[in-house]
Amino acid sequence: MSLSISLTINGQARTVVLDDPRVTLLDLLRERLGLPGTKKGCDRGQCGACTVLVDGRRINSCLALAASLDGAEVTTIEGLAEGETLHPVQAAFIEHDGFQCGYCTPGQIMSAVGLIKEGHAEGDPERIRELMSGNICRCGAYQGITEAILEAQKVVTEGNRRDAA
Amino acid sequence: MSPEIASRTTQPRRHGSNSGQPLTRRDGVLKVTGRATYAADNHPEGMLYAVTAISRIARGRVTALDVTAAKAHPGVVEILTPANRPPLSHDPEEKMLPFGFRVEVLQNDGVRYVGQPIALVIAETLEAATEGAALLNPQYEVADARTNLSNGDRFDTASVGIGMPARTAHGDIAVGLAAATHVIEADYVTPAQYHNAMEPHAVVAEWDGDRVTLDMPNQAMALSCASYAAYFGIPAENVLIRSPFLGGGFGSKAILNGPQILAILAARLLKRPVKLALTRAQMYGPVGHRGHTWQKLRIGTDSNGRLTALHHHALCATSSFDEFLEAAANASLPLYESPAILVEHEGLRLDTGTPGPMRAPGEASGSATLEVAMDEAAVACGMDPLEFRLANYAETEPGTGRPFSSKALRECYSEGAKRFGWAGRPIEPRQMRDENGFLVGWGMGTAVFHCPHFPAEARATLRADGTALVETAGADMGQGAWTALAQIAAEALGLDPDQVEFHSGVSSLPDGGIAGGSGHTASAGLALNNAGEDAIAKLAALATADPASPLFGAGNIGVVARSGRLHRLDDDGRSESYVEILARAGQAEVIGTAKAARDQEAAAAHAMFSHGAVFAEVKVDPDLGQIRATRLVGAFAAGRVINPRLVRSQYFGGMIWGASFALHEEAITDHRTGRIMNADLAEYHIPVNADVPSLDAILIEENDPYVNPLGIKGVGEIGITGTVGAVANAVWHATGVRVRRFPIRIEDLIIGWDTSRK
Amino acid sequence: MNRFDYIRPASVPEAVAAAAVPGSTYLAAGTNLLDLMKVGTMRPERVIDITRLPGLDHIEWLADGSVRIGAMVRNSDLAYDARFARTFPAVAEALLSGASAQLRNAATVGGNLMQRTRCAYFHDLASACNRRMAGSGCDARDGENRLHAVLGWSEHCIATHPSDFCVPLVALDAVAEVEGPHGARDIPVDLLHALPGATPERETALAPGELIVALRLPSEAASFSGNARYLKLRERTSYAFAVVSAAAALEIEGGLIRKARIALGGVAAKPWRAREAEAALVDMPASTEAFTKAAELALADALPSGDNAFKIELARRIVVRALNLALEGTPEVMPALPASPFSTTAGATHVA
Repeated sequence: MSLSISLTINGQARTVVLDDPRVTLLDLLRERLGLPGTKKGCDRGQCGACTVLVDGRRINSCLALAASLDGAEVTTIEGLAEGETLHPVQAAFIEHDGFQCGYCTPGQIMSAVGLIKEGHAEGDPERIRELMSGNICRCGAYQGITEAILEAQKVVTEGNRRDAA
Repeated sequence: MSPEIASRTTQPRRHGSNSGQPLTRRDGVLKVTGRATYAADNHPEGMLYAVTAISRIARGRVTALDVTAAKAHPGVVEILTPANRPPLSHDPEEKMLPFGFRVEVLQNDGVRYVGQPIALVIAETLEAATEGAALLNPQYEVADARTNLSNGDRFDTASVGIGMPARTAHGDIAVGLAAATHVIEADYVTPAQYHNAMEPHAVVAEWDGDRVTLDMPNQAMALSCASYAAYFGIPAENVLIRSPFLGGGFGSKAILNGPQILAILAARLLKRPVKLALTRAQMYGPVGHRGHTWQKLRIGTDSNGRLTALHHHALCATSSFDEFLEAAANASLPLYESPAILVEHEGLRLDTGTPGPMRAPGEASGSATLEVAMDEAAVACGMDPLEFRLANYAETEPGTGRPFSSKALRECYSEGAKRFGWAGRPIEPRQMRDENGFLVGWGMGTAVFHCPHFPAEARATLRADGTALVETAGADMGQGAWTALAQIAAEALGLDPDQVEFHSGVSSLPDGGIAGGSGHTASAGLALNNAGEDAIAKLAALATADPASPLFGAGNIGVVARSGRLHRLDDDGRSESYVEILARAGQAEVIGTAKAARDQEAAAAHAMFSHGAVFAEVKVDPDLGQIRATRLVGAFAAGRVINPRLVRSQYFGGMIWGASFALHEEAITDHRTGRIMNADLAEYHIPVNADVPSLDAILIEENDPYVNPLGIKGVGEIGITGTVGAVANAVWHATGVRVRRFPIRIEDLIIGWDTSRK
Repeated sequence: MNRFDYIRPASVPEAVAAAAVPGSTYLAAGTNLLDLMKVGTMRPERVIDITRLPGLDHIEWLADGSVRIGAMVRNSDLAYDARFARTFPAVAEALLSGASAQLRNAATVGGNLMQRTRCAYFHDLASACNRRMAGSGCDARDGENRLHAVLGWSEHCIATHPSDFCVPLVALDAVAEVEGPHGARDIPVDLLHALPGATPERETALAPGELIVALRLPSEAASFSGNARYLKLRERTSYAFAVVSAAAALEIEGGLIRKARIALGGVAAKPWRAREAEAALVDMPASTEAFTKAAELALADALPSGDNAFKIELARRIVVRALNLALEGTPEVMPALPASPFSTTAGATHVA
C-alpha cells in the first residue's frame, strides 16, 4: 500500500510518497527527507530529543505517524535560523552554554521555541524548568538552558511588540 | 558534514581570546542549527539498515530463530545468526588490551545476559529491519539466572577497575579500631546504573575493498582502529573512524561492542553501507554500565574527632564471563589522614552484561558511601561535618606520605561553605523547615578525582598567511574539546583562536589519546601545546638565522610568540610577523609535531588529584517523602582552567549526576529472569530540568607545576564525587533518617509509619 | 512494528464501520498507541485514524452549565482553556501534571481515557501478562511490583491505571459519550475502566468498535471550583508517572463540608473513587481529623499486591493532604509545578 501525503517542511511544500504506513515523522525527516537535525534519543516519547513544531506546536516526532500528519506544517531545527541569522533561542543557547554534547539540543531548542509561543512561563524560571522537563539532557546543561530561555523570551517578546507596533 | 567545518565557524558573540578565557563553543552554531553531524545522521548512497535481535533470557542458549518469517518480511535483505555469520579474524573471547572486553558477535548460540545480540537483521528500511528482528521469535533453553547476592558467585580478585590493585593497606586496621573512642560500621548498597548518553550507540560502516570508513561516536579512536583492524584482518591504517561529535559518552563509547562489530561485518558481506543505531532498550546490556556494589565501611575516631582507622570493603558485581569491578573502596585512599587505612574488593559474578567505566568509575560509588560514612562518623563525634573533615585533612597522601602535586581543598571547603551559607547549620537533624513547612536539610561531601594522562600526538602548521592549522584526533563528547583544545593551541602559537583552524575527530589525524578519565584536555592539550611550540621554534630558527630579520642573532637569547609576531626576549621592540618570516624564507609553512606524555619522575614523586567540596540543600515533604535537591554549591580545584564557561558546565553536569545517583537512578532487575524492567528513559529516572533548580560552581585557582607543563588536571568527573554524599547527607539532616541504599526513595522517608500495618 | 493498513475515515459512522473489522484499532495522536506498537504489545492489522473526524475538537459549554469536550481536543488546549481551568481546576492541574508539554500538545482527551497500563510486564513480551494475553499468567505478581496496585487487584493482574486526567474526572462524575456499531451511549468514566478480576484482558467497558467521541463534565462538578486540587507524588519533580495521586474537591458552607469528592490515582487498575470516604465527610466540620478518618475509609480495603505496602500509607497521607489543600482553596494561578507537593501554593518558591 502506498500513500501520498503533503507536508510543508520549513516553509517548503513537499509531497511525500510513503510506501510504508509505519513511518513516524521522526524517521521520515531523518531517513527519507535528509533532515537529520532532529534527533532520536529514545523513540518512545521519553526524552524530547525529537521535538519539532507541527502546526506551530511542539510535539515528539517519534510518536507521530507521518501518514496522520497529511497537510501539516512542520518546523525542524534546520528551519529555525534565517540564513546566517540565528533565532534568538539559538543565540541564547550558545551564550549561556545551554548544551554540551549537543545531541538533545535541537529538541531543547524547538521545545523552547514552542514554550515561548505558548506563553505560559512569563519569565518565571520555575515555570520554564517545569515546561522544559520533557527534554532530558544527560550532560546536565539545564541551568544554561533555563537562563537561555529567560533571555530569549525577552528578545522574542520585544521583537513581537516591535512587529506589532 | 566534515568536522573541519566546525573549526572555521565563528561565533555571533565571542568572549575573550585565549586560554583562561570563557569563549563560547566553537561548535556552537553547528549544534544549535542541527548541522552538527552525529554518526547516525550519515546516509551514504545505497545504505541498508541493521537492527539487532536481543536475548530476553539471562543465561542459556538460543534453540530456534524463525529466520524464514523474518526473511519473508518485505524489505529484509539478510539475517546474520551464529549459523551464517562470516568469520572474524580475532577471537571475541580473547580480550584485547588495554581496554578490550569480551564481546558477543554471534560466535555461538550461547546467551550470557539479557540484551545480548542473538541475530542481526539487515533491510532496505529501518521499519523493515526492526520488524524483521521482531519476527525472529527466538526460542531458548533457559538456565537459572544469577542476579543477586544469594546466587551470584563471589570471587577474590587481584585487580579492580582497569589494572588497579584490589587491596591496599596502610597501618594496622585492628590496632586503629581498638584505639578508637567511636567506631561506626555501616553497610551500603549502590545499584546498577546505565550511562544513557542521549545519543544511542551507532555506526554507519562503508567498505571500499579492504578499507572501511566508520562514522561512529568514539572516545578512543586510535585504540579502536587497531581493534577493528584485528577483528577484520586488515591493517589499522585501513580503518578510518570519523567521530566529530559524540552525543555523550560517559565511558560507554570508549570500548568496542558486539552490535557495532556486527554492523560493520554486515556492510562487508553485503557490499553496501550499513547503518545501525541501538534502541534505548538495547543500551541496557552490551555497552557497559556501572556495576552493582555492596560496601561496608568502618571508621574509628578518637576523642578529638581524628580518624584512627578507615576500613572500606566493596563487593562489586561483574558479568559471568569478564571483569570490570568498580574500584569503589579506592575512593577511601587519597582523602583523609588516618594511621590505618584498609581498602579491599571482592567480585561477584552475575548474569549481566559486563560493567564498564561510567563517569567517575569507582570514585562515584565509593565516594558516595565514604562521604555518608564520614557524615555518620561526624555525628558520632558530635562534630560539624565540615569541621570533622578539616580535622582529618590530609596534608600529604595518606599512607604513602607523598606530597600532593597541588591541593587547594581547604580553599574549596571555605569558599564553598561561604557561598552556600553553611555557618550556623544546626548539628542535629530535622531542625529546619521552610516557610511552607517542608523539611530542609544541609549536607556536604568532599570531591576527589585522580588525574590520569594519556599519551597523545599533535601537529601544528604555521601557514604563509599567518594563520595556523592544528591537528589531533580529539573527541568532543560535550566537554568542549573543539574549543578548549583550540585555545591551548592558539596560546602556544601566539595566535588568536580565530586564526587557528582545528582539525579533530578523525582517526587519520595524529593520535589524540583517549577522551576519558577526565584527562583529554590535559593529554591532547599538551600534545597540541608542544606541537605549537615546536612550530614556533622552527619559525624562530628561520628568523634568527636570517640576517635580514630584526631577530637575526637572537638564537641564544630566544624569542617569544605573541599576536602573530616573534619578539626578541630581551628587546620587545624588535619583532617580526610570522607572515614576513615565512615570506622571506620562501616557505609556504612550517610544521611542528609532538608526542606528549606525563613526566614519569614527577608522577612517581607526587600524588595527583583534583579536589572539591560540595554543599547541598534538599527539601523533603514531611508527610509524603518526596525529595527535591533545591540547591547545590560546588567548589573545585582542578589545576589550570582553560575555559571557565565550559568547566563550569562540566561541574554542573557532574553535580547533576551526583544528585541523580543519590535520588533517582537505578536499573531494576527482575531477579527471576535477569531482565531489567525499566530499560528505558521513562522509568529509569534521570533528572529533568525541574529537578535541579539551583546550581553554583566555584572555580578555585590552583597552580600545579607537576601534573603536566600546562598545569591542567581534569574536570569531567569530579562533580559526581562529593555530590552524592552531600545530597544523601542533606536528606539525613532534613529528616533524621539515614538511608544507606541508593537511590533514596520516598518510602525510605515516610516517618512514623507502622510497617506492620497493611 | 508490524505492517498495517492505514485507514482515514471521513466521519464517525465511517470510522465505526471501519473499526468493526477484527484487528482494527483507533489512532488518535498515537502517543500511547505508537509506543505500544513499537514494543510489540499491540500489533493491529488496521489502524483507523480518527484525528480528522469532524466535530470532535471543540469544547462546548451547554446551557445547563455542563461542558462537552470533543474526544480529539488536545490535553494542553483543554488545560489552558481559561474557562475550563477556572471551572474545573483539579482537572486542569491533573492534565498539566501529566507527561510533558510536548506530549500534552499531541495527546487527546479520548486517547487519555484509553491509555494503557505502564506495568513493565505488560510491555515486556517475554513476560507472562494476562492483560496482554489472556490466560498467560501475571509475572508482576511475584516480580518487581513496588509501584503496583493496592486496591481492586486480583491474582490475575496487579497493574495500575496511569492516567492523571482520569482521577479528577471520576471524582467529578464525568461521562464518556460513545458511538458504536449499535448506536450511541453514555458511560460514566468511573465505569469505563474495569478492575481485573478474572478477566484483566477486558480493560474497559467499551464493546468492540466503540469509539469515545466526547467527554462531559456535569454542571454540579463546577460547584467545587473554589476548593479543588490534584496532588501527585513522583520520583522526580516532573515528567514521571504517579507513585500515588489524589484529586480532592470540597463544597463548604458555613464551615461544614456539604459535598466532598475524593479519587486516587496510581493505586488500582482504574482511577479509584472513594465514595465512603466522601460520605463520611458530609456535614462534618472541615478538619484534619475528619480528613484522616476519610483517608482511613478510602484505604480500608487496600492490600499490598507485593513490595508496595508503603503505597497504602502514602495514599492515606496524600488524601489528607489533598483535602487540606482543597480546603485552603484553589490557587488563583496555576502553580508553577502543577500537582507537585513542592508547588502546593502558587507563590511557593523552593529556590533561593
